Amino acid sequence: MDNGQSNARTISLPGRWFYLITILFLSLSGFGQMPIFKRYYIADIPGLGWLAEFFITHYIHYLAAILFLAFTAYMIIDYLLSQRKSRRMTASGYVRSALLAGILASGVFLVIRNLAGSHLSSDFIIFLDLCHLGLVMAFLFVSLYCFIYKKQWTTIR
Amino acid sequence: MEQEISRRLFLKGGLATAAGLAASSIPGATAAAQPDEGKQLATLLDIRKCIGCEACVEACSEVNSAKYPDPQKPFPKMYPSRVPVEDWSEKKDVNDRLTPYNWLFIQHADVEIAGEETELTIPRRCMHCVNPPCVKLCPWGAAKQLENGISRIDSDICLGGSKCRKVCPWHIPQRQTGTGLYLDLMPSMAGNGVMYKCDRCYNLIADGEVPACIEACPEDVQTIGPRDEILKKAHALADEINGYIYGEKENGGTNTIYVSPVPFEELNKAIETGKGKPHLKPVEDTMAQANNLAAAMLVAPIAGIAAAVGKFYKQTK
Repeated sequence: MDNGQSNARTISLPGRWFYLITILFLSLSGFGQMPIFKRYYIADIPGLGWLAEFFITHYIHYLAAILFLAFTAYMIIDYLLSQRKSRRMTASGYVRSALLAGILASGVFLVIRNLAGSHLSSDFIIFLDLCHLGLVMAFLFVSLYCFIYKKQWTTIR
Repeated sequence: MEQEISRRLFLKGGLATAAGLAASSIPGATAAAQPDEGKQLATLLDIRKCIGCEACVEACSEVNSAKYPDPQKPFPKMYPSRVPVEDWSEKKDVNDRLTPYNWLFIQHADVEIAGEETELTIPRRCMHCVNPPCVKLCPWGAAKQLENGISRIDSDICLGGSKCRKVCPWHIPQRQTGTGLYLDLMPSMAGNGVMYKCDRCYNLIADGEVPACIEACPEDVQTIGPRDEILKKAHALADEINGYIYGEKENGGTNTIYVSPVPFEELNKAIETGKGKPHLKPVEDTMAQANNLAAAMLVAPIAGIAAAVGKFYKQTK
């Protein structure tokens, strides 16, 4: 029964900001891996010059990924331990989780690829690159849809 | 009121932490695998022996001409207007710098050895780094590293973004506009051509032969072999002549080892550097900074899990 509080968001405001900001930096630094920001004058915007510096975007992508990994692990375990009794995942929650899982998995492989001496096959690397980009774009579109139509990750059981 | 943590809750929390540890150790195991860089193919260049005859430059051109681009004009217009058109198709004979049609060139340095003015000549091309940023940072995987350490750019996939040139500490890859896959995608909005550089005659090596530049050299400037052997030879030679080594540690290690009778700082001042004319400056390991963060990626999920488990136990009190 809806007592007016049932579908209240379970994540605190700082948590939501953390999620949005890490995703913002992951997306910016991620798209910055392709040589597009200088070409399209984005890096000319004051304060955004770093978007055209490949080693800086590379490092920031790793930093934001570390924060995002910690956050994701926290959210998953917190849901399993504390939320499952009262809340269940929604369809859009499952879709976003699956996309993020794919992005994280392909990302981990790409981190391995960057290590000295790593011997992943070049075809697999191309597959990882395209997967990572494709899944990110799908995730961003789905997130935008969910934002516009106010779709939540979890809902009351 | 204190509530005892039930066995069930304890198991839940414990399993969660264990799963996190297990999951984060999988990439760690791969990362800990020793790179067998000793087995990569390296070349030793004894600069004293080079006479600047350019036989290597000619041989390189001859052997690799089938791989050179054949762009069709007019090139599709690229947007925005700041996108540079790099066209060497009518300057194929330029060989005093690296171009898409010239992957090896001779650098000249006027130096003093034992009080005497001498000209040293140095064959320059891709260094074939042990952990090449051109390969690792190409967004499409167009640049590949072979098992033997050779890095090459696949002209069928490369879109000519030139990120590889930017991240290469020596800015080796050179672009030819108007050729390659980008023409079949969105040629006005994305891509620019294809990048070209020395591929260490990877196809000759696969057939058990040596690269053309080594075959052609009348003075035996170059020696090719497994990296650990080449490094031993380089150090022996440097000790013998009281010389200096370049390429062993630069950018975290390369497979092109120069031995010189004069310090490389001096050589670097004496050579002409610029576009297509690489320097001889010290180079820090460009891939190391981010790779060092990779270890933190193992810890991150554990920290997140620990925080969630901690929050859970606090709530059950």
